[in-house]
Amino acid sequence: MAEKKKINYGHELTKGILKENPVLRLVLGTCPTLATSTSVVNGVGMGIAATIVLICSNVVISALRKVIPAKARIPAYIVVIASFVTMVQMLVKAFVPALDQSLGVFLPLIVVNCIILGRAEAFAGKNPVLASAVDGLGMGIGFTCALFCMGTVREILGAGTFLSGIDTMIGSFVDLKGFTGFDFTPFLEKIHLAPMTLFILPAGGFFVFGILMACVNRLASEKGLKKADQIGCEGCPHAAICNKHSEEEACAQ
Amino acid sequence: MKFYIALLIMGVLTSNFVLSKFLGICPFLGVSKKLNTAVGMSTAVIFVMLLATAATYPLNILLEKFDLEYLQTIVFILVIAALVQIVEIVMKKYIKPLYKALGIYLPLITTNCAVLGVVILNIDNITEYASYGFGFGHAMMNSFAAGAGFMLAMVIFAGVRSRLETADVPKFMQGLPITLVAASIVSLSFLGFAGLVEGLGLL
Repeated sequence: MAEKKKINYGHELTKGILKENPVLRLVLGTCPTLATSTSVVNGVGMGIAATIVLICSNVVISALRKVIPAKARIPAYIVVIASFVTMVQMLVKAFVPALDQSLGVFLPLIVVNCIILGRAEAFAGKNPVLASAVDGLGMGIGFTCALFCMGTVREILGAGTFLSGIDTMIGSFVDLKGFTGFDFTPFLEKIHLAPMTLFILPAGGFFVFGILMACVNRLASEKGLKKADQIGCEGCPHAAICNKHSEEEACAQ
Repeated sequence: MKFYIALLIMGVLTSNFVLSKFLGICPFLGVSKKLNTAVGMSTAVIFVMLLATAATYPLNILLEKFDLEYLQTIVFILVIAALVQIVEIVMKKYIKPLYKALGIYLPLITTNCAVLGVVILNIDNITEYASYGFGFGHAMMNSFAAGAGFMLAMVIFAGVRSRLETADVPKFMQGLPITLVAASIVSLSFLGFAGLVEGLGLL
């Protein structure tokens, strides 16, 4: 890390929300985004779990960046990430079993979440510890925000509820005074409507994701940012492999 | 035998890995632009899935024996990564034509969630389908079905995308957004298979 280059912590923290949103702009971590955003509580739970892993792995990888040999860095990163995922998995199983139930296989699959390996490769492997921690937090917030937006749209349209199941997630830590989320279904029944189940099905996930990405494209173009597709390979953890084989078509972008 | 067919139908049609389990979306969106790359990628995925299952299923028994199940995630991802590397080296040296066809895709799928996903799901299935005696053969069948489902989705979607290329799409929907909406419609069509396994009396 060149000492001359100053790190703007505010920028590192906020860039993940819109400018470099990992899901909606860099198109990383699409699998958990689509799979866990059936409700707000699930999505945010996934977001927080991934954020914790992201911060911890960024800190450790950046602290070890001078020790890890460049050629063996990907396996080394994977070991670090997998260790933290295992820890988070055990914590979730012990304290929020309902979240473990609803996330299912996607909890261990945080290991292969492109966002985490991508940030290790693009940022933590080159920058000092504190900056990497802030970067991890910023990216995690961006991921959680995207999941919150997707979850809100899908839950309200698909199930007619909002924040449903919140009592099973944080009920044991915070006194919710009997609050179990909003339920709009009685109101919908009065006006002879039913929730559109399509939106919590996989097809609705793809649809909402596509529309949301179009909205973010619009927002970004108003702010004069590049279109998501033109960002290219820089955020992709496979970029190094792609370049090695110099096969453009094999690379995701 | 019935259960094997049930697993195949479930993996390919009713609970397709890509379109209803959301595993392996990155390659699904990234590599489905052309038919030949789609086929190459999915062949490599089937191959690695079978290989990974064959390696991790016995390993899991070992882990269970020593009460080390909590190490599952670390062990599996490392085994898959190492395996893919070894296969790549062996292929490059001895089976040149196969390497040329699949080689570039192999490192990309080391960190593909579909591969780790199928391996973990196979272990979960042991308890879920305990009444059917889910064993090694079933795990291999499940992996093959998952890979075949991935291939079907990729091939269908490559066709859809070639049509999208010439379509007149609103400015902000161009590129990935319209691709995702198209994926949504493909996924919707797969909903038509719901209940097929139960209907045929296979489960």
